[in-house]
Amino acid sequence: MDILSLLLVLPVITALAILIVKKDQAVRWIALSGSIIQFALAIGITAYYVSLRQAGATGNMLLESSYEWFAPLQIYFSTAVDGISLVMILMTAMVVVAGILVSWRITKQVKEFFFLIVLLSLSAYGFFTSTNLFVMFFFLELAVIPKYLLIGVWGSGRKEYSAMKLALMLMFGSALVFIGILGLFYFTGAQTWDFQEIAKMHIPIETQRILYVLLFTGFGVFTAMFPFHTWAPDGHSSAPTAASMFLAGISMKLGGYGCLRVATYLLPDAAVELSWIFIIAASIAIIYGAFATMMQKDLKYMNAYSSVSHCGFVILGIAMLTKVAVTGAVMQMVSHGIMTALFFASIGMIYDRAHTRQVDELGGMLKQVPFIGSAFIISGLCSLGLPGFSGFVSEMTVFVGSWERTGVFYRVATILACASIVVTAVYILRAVGFAIWGTVTNKEYLKFKDASWSERSAAVLLIIGILLIGLAPFLLTNLIDIDTTSIAQRFIAVVGK
Amino acid sequence: MDIVLMFRFEIILAVLILAIFIMSLRGFDTNVKCFLNTMNVLLLLNFIAGWLPLSEGSYFSDFFRTNGLIVLQKNIINLGLLLISLTSYVWLTQSKYRLEFYILMLSSIFGVYVMLSSGHILMLYLGLEMSTIPIAAMSNFNLKEQRSSEAGIKLILSSAFSTGIMLFGISLLYGAVGNLSFASVIANLHPNVLTLFAFAFILAGFAFKMSIVPFHLWTADVYEGSPIGVTNFLSVISKGSVIFVFLTVLYTLFGGLKEAWLLGISILSILSMTIGNLFALRQQNAKRFLAFSSIAQVGFVLVGVTAASTIGSASVVYFVLIYLLSNIAAFGVIGAVADSTGSESLQLFKGLYKSNPFYALIMAVALFSLAGVPPIAGFFGKLFLLTAGMKSGLYVLMGFAGVNLVLSLYNYLRVVKYMFIDDAEKPLAPLNRNRQLTTALYICLIGLIVIGFVTPIYQYIDSLCGI
Repeated sequence: MDILSLLLVLPVITALAILIVKKDQAVRWIALSGSIIQFALAIGITAYYVSLRQAGATGNMLLESSYEWFAPLQIYFSTAVDGISLVMILMTAMVVVAGILVSWRITKQVKEFFFLIVLLSLSAYGFFTSTNLFVMFFFLELAVIPKYLLIGVWGSGRKEYSAMKLALMLMFGSALVFIGILGLFYFTGAQTWDFQEIAKMHIPIETQRILYVLLFTGFGVFTAMFPFHTWAPDGHSSAPTAASMFLAGISMKLGGYGCLRVATYLLPDAAVELSWIFIIAASIAIIYGAFATMMQKDLKYMNAYSSVSHCGFVILGIAMLTKVAVTGAVMQMVSHGIMTALFFASIGMIYDRAHTRQVDELGGMLKQVPFIGSAFIISGLCSLGLPGFSGFVSEMTVFVGSWERTGVFYRVATILACASIVVTAVYILRAVGFAIWGTVTNKEYLKFKDASWSERSAAVLLIIGILLIGLAPFLLTNLIDIDTTSIAQRFIAVVGK
Repeated sequence: MDIVLMFRFEIILAVLILAIFIMSLRGFDTNVKCFLNTMNVLLLLNFIAGWLPLSEGSYFSDFFRTNGLIVLQKNIINLGLLLISLTSYVWLTQSKYRLEFYILMLSSIFGVYVMLSSGHILMLYLGLEMSTIPIAAMSNFNLKEQRSSEAGIKLILSSAFSTGIMLFGISLLYGAVGNLSFASVIANLHPNVLTLFAFAFILAGFAFKMSIVPFHLWTADVYEGSPIGVTNFLSVISKGSVIFVFLTVLYTLFGGLKEAWLLGISILSILSMTIGNLFALRQQNAKRFLAFSSIAQVGFVLVGVTAASTIGSASVVYFVLIYLLSNIAAFGVIGAVADSTGSESLQLFKGLYKSNPFYALIMAVALFSLAGVPPIAGFFGKLFLLTAGMKSGLYVLMGFAGVNLVLSLYNYLRVVKYMFIDDAEKPLAPLNRNRQLTTALYICLIGLIVIGFVTPIYQYIDSLCGI
């Protein structure tokens, strides 16, 4: 068995083990140890990949392997990784560990909860490693039902409504994606689902136009791209903490990755011609998301809308089609994944104690629960793009990359996107000011216990991730450099024509 | 010997029917449990016998033919028969007419076999009728219930109506071609007004049997009125077998008219999917709900049918196999709930996961399969249908299929929500578990989880479907 399959087999084993054991505590430990081993495995694979590259391995993707699945339909279970998928896998593994740690104190239907969480993580790993579009779609769809159940069963507030809305909108996105993938299968002339094969095809521009819009919109739904973002605020805020972390941290990145890997990479001519559509959508999402955030009183809604805004940067970076912008988009995906996970984790910890998420009802959290308060502040500062944290480097890279695309339209979009940072600062600082620093309004709150060991380790893990990217972004950019170069070359070739 | 091998499905079935007669003469059926278990064992043997080495060819100047694909279709029907017999166990122990039930059911299956093996339109017609008429008697099985009689009458009337239309089409076809054997129809069929009319009438006849919109009006009432075992039979065996035959009729018999039927089938497909899903939205009766869901599923089947090639036929057969398992599992659970509560309302499913986790999980898997959610087999079944459908490049049809994926997900998630998220006002007591039903449900469950991952299954079907 090759090493990438192991990455998918391990969650399956973990999930089965969870089903078998009886005691809740055993379930927790199995889930945790499974995810930690997975994290270690992801690091190991990355190291192996780097060593292969240093040894001079060429080729867009490495560690390729392929098993027969539905051979008459050309469906093969093929996996391979490149730098971009590896950083996504690393980010996923990190968020999964943190998510499981944060959910340590869940008592309702523990077994089912962790089973679904592991299933969700499996879908992300599968999505990032598969190179066969059908298999990729399989994993994309695999995540929908666990999300529905996680929100519906363990959620709070208008959970049924949010869960159904999320499931239906994501299904709508997948339907678009599937029709797009079918188009790639039939109308490229190759009759193959393998995207490396399709990348070599010359697809007629008329076909490309249709498929590009279908695929980008379809994956865009998963990234909460305007105007398909409405599932995100409701879904995020109704979900239990770990599910919010997964939704915003990982699932939204499936969409971004798909936009980049499938829609944009495979259809470069259409991307150059039509990316303006999505630049407009992204700019609206960035501005609108930021202003909508300003009006929110509920911390989770706040972070959910700010996620819409932040994922707008991802779309913007991808749609700008320059090497630096694409690099920025990938960095933003990773950075936002970790940062938003920390954000939701700390909001969840506050909510567990105060049973409210309203900014004006909280106050002086730093005094009551200093650890949680600090974690909240760090994620907030990262979110507003303070230098030293991951948010700064990734957003800067997107801006610089976007500026490289000349033309009034692109410049205006870039300036608008930059301007949103000010708005972000307003809402973040206000929330931090009221909820964390402000005076203690409710004496009851002084009795709160600070974070438990599991919550602490989750937060520390995520903070390490944020700082690592923020202080040493070259670790990330070096890993994905060769891939972003090859992606950007496709667009340069198109423009050159 | 050869002829015995070729006719073995029909011979075994005839022997079984005779055996039941003898049992009734000997008063063997007074011991209910013993009788039912014997029947189940016999049906199991029947299913196993289906896998004996096959022999291909045709007899009686092509009236009867068989090949690998037909044998596979009969085996799928046999599997369904066995599972339905297992799931109806509790209901049959309470019913007085279990013997008649088996005789009628097996006669209907006999008709199905004849229909599947037919090489002549007359034979096809005979088989179709033989498979339908016993079902009308079966739907009337709850003699005390008015709804049940209503179902029987509705079924027989609508079936007679559709038969009339179909016969008219057949006579037109005869007028155009001069002979009704498949071979000569294929050879002499030319697209002209007469053959198009003939095709349209025959299509309408089939559409009645498969309950394709706008010929679906009988479906919901009949499903609701019939006993659950019969509903199950109707939705799975009756529908599945007609779909199989429909494939043959479209692809081989009317293959020459492909240009003409492509549009018609697409429109019927769009109507079935959309109307089926829209009407399922607000159903509160579990059987009505599944009736409309099955109408929508047939719409999806028609998407795959439009491919008119190996992939179309393979994906349809594959889908029917999965659909059969999903529906039997769903009806099995509904039957278990209805047997102990006497009601078929979907409201009863509220909080089912807390009171009866086993049944709730089976139901969820069945519904996910119907909705096409991975990793359950229905995902592959449904997406292969769409893959086949895209082959003809019908974008509008694919668009509607996409919208209907969302709509159907809503429908099925509604029930999942009842079971897993909502709390019951009055929780159900733990339902009875009997070995027969549990076995059947486990078979369905394993099938639904495994079929997508056991690659030889699809390859086998694909190799048989080569056109």
